[in-house]
Amino acid sequence: MRMDKSYSQSFEITGNNFFDAGKAATEVKMILKQIGINSDIIRRVAIASYEAEMNVVMYAKRASMTIEISQEKIKIVVDDEGPGIQNIELAMKEGYSTATTEMREMGFGAGMGLPNIKRNADHLKIESEVGKGTKVEFVIELKESARGGSKER
Amino acid sequence: MKLKELKEKLNLSVRCAEDKLIQEITGGYVSDLLSDVIANAQKGDVWVTMQVHVNIVAVAVLKEVAAIVLVQGREPNEDTLKKAKEENIPILVSKLPAFQLVGKLYESGIGKT
Ligand SMILES: Nc1ncnc2c1ncn2[C@@H]1O[C@H](COP(=O)(O)OP(=O)(O)O)[C@@H](O)[C@H]1O
Ligand SMILES: [Mg+2]
Repeated sequence: MRMDKSYSQSFEITGNNFFDAGKAATEVKMILKQIGINSDIIRRVAIASYEAEMNVVMYAKRASMTIEISQEKIKIVVDDEGPGIQNIELAMKEGYSTATTEMREMGFGAGMGLPNIKRNADHLKIESEVGKGTKVEFVIELKESARGGSKER
Repeated sequence: MKLKELKEKLNLSVRCAEDKLIQEITGGYVSDLLSDVIANAQKGDVWVTMQVHVNIVAVAVLKEVAAIVLVQGREPNEDTLKKAKEENIPILVSKLPAFQLVGKLYESGIGKT
């Protein structure tokens, strides 16, 4: 894969399709492995992508996940059609979840998804319109000096 | 330690991906919360869980864990097994509850370093 400029690819995510859930995040990870991105960066992108993908599977109808890779950064945009988020600040709180009992029994709904994205990304932007959908956009910097937001354990 | 040795030592039953038992195990993680596993499990871990539904396979693939170990004799769902075969992720089953199994894993040196 040539990387002189930038590379971009999109994946579809279908709401409520638990069988294929995680596929988009796995594809994203494969791409990053192929181009030889460092493993700590891949780990962070994979965690954030998985959480964003699962939110579509659990709460929305459908979405596209687009990855854009340049020399400087990796940007992921998950743009969904769905119920939207009423109160983004509340949704960002660790432990806050509207997951159903059934989802919780499956080990989802810990309310750690959005906080996990924030923790692993350098920048996170969430836009949402109730009744229409949600757009989650995050960036992971590839240049050491540009990194700020990451709070690694 | 190799997965195969662990299987014999702890009396685990293999449900799929038998050919992957030659893998080396480098650590372990126990959790039933998928966000926790996604954030904290490491490549090469054995992942001990009660969850038996299909999404555990996607998590295992993404984290590149060495194997999923189900506790208390729980069996993988049909579609979990189907997906695990497709992805070639080993699923093993233990009769022990999580606490005892993890104790034994630790005793055999997993996760001590
Ligand atoms: N794409 C989305 N569409 C609608 N609601 C969402 C979306 N993503 C997150 N939410 C809301 O934000 C809450 C918190 O999300 P998150 O931190 O991922 O935790 P969890 O998924 O465990 O509930 C969810 O319970 C849900 O109410
Ligand atoms: Mg979530």
